[in-house]
Amino acid sequence: MNWLTILGLLPLIGSAAVFLLPREKEVLAKQLALGISSLVAVAGLAMATSFDRGVSGFQFVEKYSWIPAFGINYGLGVDGMALLLILLALILTPVVILACWNEAEGGRWSVKTFFALLLILETMMIGVFAATDIFLFYLFFEAMLIPVYFLIGGYGSGERAAAAVKFLLYSLFGGLLMLASIIGLYVVSGDQLGAATFDVSELQKLSLNNQTELLLFLGFFIAFAIKAPLWPFHTWLPDAAKAATPGTSVLLLGVLDKVGTYGMIRFCLSLFPDASKQLGPTIIVLSLISIFYGAFLAIWQSNGDIKRLISYTSISHFGFITLGIFAFTAQGQSGSILYMVNHGFSTAALFLIAGWMIARRNSSKVADFGGLQRVTPLLAWTFFIAGLSSLALPGLSSFVSEFLVLVGTFVRYPVAAVIGTLGIILAALYILIPVQRALHGPVLPGNENLKDLNLREKIAIAPVIALIIAFGFFPQVLLNVINPGAQASVAALNIEGDK
Amino acid sequence: MPAPKIEYAVLAPVLILLAAGVIAVLVEAFVSRKYRYVIQTTLSFSAIGLGILSVALNKDVSGRFAEGSVAVDGVSVVLQGTILVFSLLGLLLIAERGFQSFTAQASTLPGSADEQRALASGLQQTEVFPLTLFAIGGALLFPAANDLITLFVALEVLSLPLYLMAGLSQRRRLLSQEAALKYFLLGAFSSAFFLFGSAFLYGYAGTTTFEGIKVQISTAPGNDLFLLVGLATLTVGLLFKVSAAPFHSWTPDVYQGAPTPITAFMAAVTKVAAFGAFLRIFYATIGGMVWTWRPIIIVVSILTMAIGTIVAIAQKDVKRVLAYSAIAHSGFLLTGIVAFNKSGVEATLLYLATYGFTTLGTFAIVTLVRDAGGEVTDLNRWSGLGKRSPLIAGIFTLFLLALAGIPLTSGFVGKFAIFSSAYESGNISVVIAGVLASAIAAFFYIRIVVLMYFNDPQEDGTSVMIPSPMTAIAIGVCALATLILGIFPQPVINVIDSLAIFVAG
Repeated sequence: MNWLTILGLLPLIGSAAVFLLPREKEVLAKQLALGISSLVAVAGLAMATSFDRGVSGFQFVEKYSWIPAFGINYGLGVDGMALLLILLALILTPVVILACWNEAEGGRWSVKTFFALLLILETMMIGVFAATDIFLFYLFFEAMLIPVYFLIGGYGSGERAAAAVKFLLYSLFGGLLMLASIIGLYVVSGDQLGAATFDVSELQKLSLNNQTELLLFLGFFIAFAIKAPLWPFHTWLPDAAKAATPGTSVLLLGVLDKVGTYGMIRFCLSLFPDASKQLGPTIIVLSLISIFYGAFLAIWQSNGDIKRLISYTSISHFGFITLGIFAFTAQGQSGSILYMVNHGFSTAALFLIAGWMIARRNSSKVADFGGLQRVTPLLAWTFFIAGLSSLALPGLSSFVSEFLVLVGTFVRYPVAAVIGTLGIILAALYILIPVQRALHGPVLPGNENLKDLNLREKIAIAPVIALIIAFGFFPQVLLNVINPGAQASVAALNIEGDK
Repeated sequence: MPAPKIEYAVLAPVLILLAAGVIAVLVEAFVSRKYRYVIQTTLSFSAIGLGILSVALNKDVSGRFAEGSVAVDGVSVVLQGTILVFSLLGLLLIAERGFQSFTAQASTLPGSADEQRALASGLQQTEVFPLTLFAIGGALLFPAANDLITLFVALEVLSLPLYLMAGLSQRRRLLSQEAALKYFLLGAFSSAFFLFGSAFLYGYAGTTTFEGIKVQISTAPGNDLFLLVGLATLTVGLLFKVSAAPFHSWTPDVYQGAPTPITAFMAAVTKVAAFGAFLRIFYATIGGMVWTWRPIIIVVSILTMAIGTIVAIAQKDVKRVLAYSAIAHSGFLLTGIVAFNKSGVEATLLYLATYGFTTLGTFAIVTLVRDAGGEVTDLNRWSGLGKRSPLIAGIFTLFLLALAGIPLTSGFVGKFAIFSSAYESGNISVVIAGVLASAIAAFFYIRIVVLMYFNDPQEDGTSVMIPSPMTAIAIGVCALATLILGIFPQPVINVIDSLAIFVAG
């Protein structure tokens, strides 16, 4: 049964249905979108139950010839990493739809369009993680930009059009560099394998000369570093996250940016092992810079715009993820993959709650809040838990992943791991300062009558908080899925001295 | 001396179109004005239809005909087919009478009382039809020409009508006439270069036929002064036709000044014809000198892409943006010449097919956006089009994305094919330049999309005309082709791959 195709098609069909509704039927559009995305999430979880955790290769494989002249296949399949990221997307989509029930009102276009775009985006997210054909991956990678572009530019706030264009151009630029590398791979595969192909498993068999490999690696890596985003390719993110609606930001930072780190593991490491090893130390340095750069900017911003703050913390977190990937240890890579999932949930929680705070107070400045703990206790608590997870408090989900990343890094680069550990201290600062300013202290004038979470918001945030706590105590559930793939990926790198 | 042997069946496509052109002139002269439009359109469409049919019948032909002056082979069949399909679509736009793109009477002075009278009386001359038919005939012959004289004659038969057609615009007639004059003067200049080069090549090879030149190159040393000067000047003439830098400066003015249906026709048909000739000369004739010409074409290609994309950013007129985009696309197409391998031929043919549909579609939509005075080409006044007319703005967006080479549109397939052929030949510099240029180009295409969707409409009387069936069909076909070639290009690629073989030398 073509699980992945069906999963991918459902939201697309749903999107068409939502789009065809009459403009006035706003509530129906929302309900339909919520229903479909929940259905897809359930279907995805059902699919996951038949996933075999013991093996490292692709499962649920589908492969059909699409454009034989170019060796392009419609090829889908997931390993542990891809499966978890798809599930992350499937769970977050209905959460976002429910959480952002009234977010589309100030938009340039109708409300139904917003939800139709969200569903299209869900299809793209499934496709990009499930593609086993590089061409298909590239297609989803680029096509994904379009709904996001409209979501930011059409429904955001402030300088939304400019932010949307900036986002689009950065990503497009990266995508085109990747395209140049893809063309290179395609041609080399034609020379070496007899027939040109885009199949990831086939392409791993290529033996490239050093210079070609470095160039092709860079094409992919820069595209992914922009997406991730890694310093110095990050400048689009704060603007985009600030301008986008909170729901869009959740999907942008929670899921879409993971395409960058996912791609580094799936393509950079597996297709260009030598170039990865050669440039690994440089990338480790970039990751460390990202960790500190993001953290310092977040601290700097801790009295300023709350959405910018969260996006800076993400830059820091992505630094940890790339650190773990390019440490080339199984632990480090498992930690990074786990980090991607956990960061998805904790950032989602932060953004959604920040969005509700902003909607209630009509301000996105941390300084305008204060004493929320007293006025809106539930909102304050959920924000606090999400924040603690973000700073990797033991018992919450991010802790395990950060720990694994640092341990995994320590084995190979002790100094880098020690420096990275200092980043955790900064994390405490950039989370606790805004928590203190916004949630505690005296109730600032204007905040007295803020309402606490309503039922819809409670239902939306509950699964996210539950998962943050659950994965904090039972990370093994996820690690069992992740480990075989991570071990195989690091073993394939063939690093001397490793057994 | 025996009479020359002419293979009428094989040459039928060219002959049909030229004969139809002659008949159309007679119709202009002898038929009363009332019936002319109907007769001319019927005549033109049936000529193109017959042309397509006779091209299809030639699909297995491969050889040299008309005493060796015309080569009909798979490549020329593909090119002629493409030219005729684009001509058909272009003619649909030219024949549109729902709104007037053409001046009522071209011979009247702009702003004169005669012009007013011609407009008021609803005169609408039909001389554009014979001109178009001649241009198509020339375009069909150009990529099939197999000696320098035929090539030159084809070039002139293609170009002369276009010079006139460029000056027929109803709105801003002075600008249109200026464009026509500029086109004519520069075109005449390039023709002179072309002829000069031909003379040198004749001096070198002692013959004007392509095989003769090819044989001479393979036997004699390749650094003969006559050969090099001849090739250089011949290439200048060709580069002018495809609007490659640094011979591109006529393009924006002519594209802007000419009536938009003519611009559409010119952009699609001339490009196919000129690149067809490029292929035949560079691949099939002077391929032996690839090490001499390749570095030059690489430089020209990169320069063309750079100028086309960078200057386009600063443009405020939609037709000028599209003109610079056409220049940039010439740069991309030249990478297919640089490739100099079998996949280079196939990729160039595919690219021409994809580009033609898209560019015809974009200009067709430009004809629809109007105010009381005529077409509105000022980009600022296109703002908010997405709100005013979602369907047209949506289709226009599709075309722009295809021009930008976004996946799932035909533009991507073409770019992918042509860049991978260049990469295959080891010329990675043009591929990198091409990819970077595509990134810059994406910027100005997307800027137009932003303008249409994210800005509010201006209340200045700009509106989108409801297209008559003819323009609607043209737009529909172009949009469909852009999508199908983007998603399921395989059948078309199969046809091109099976045919793209030059007649054996």
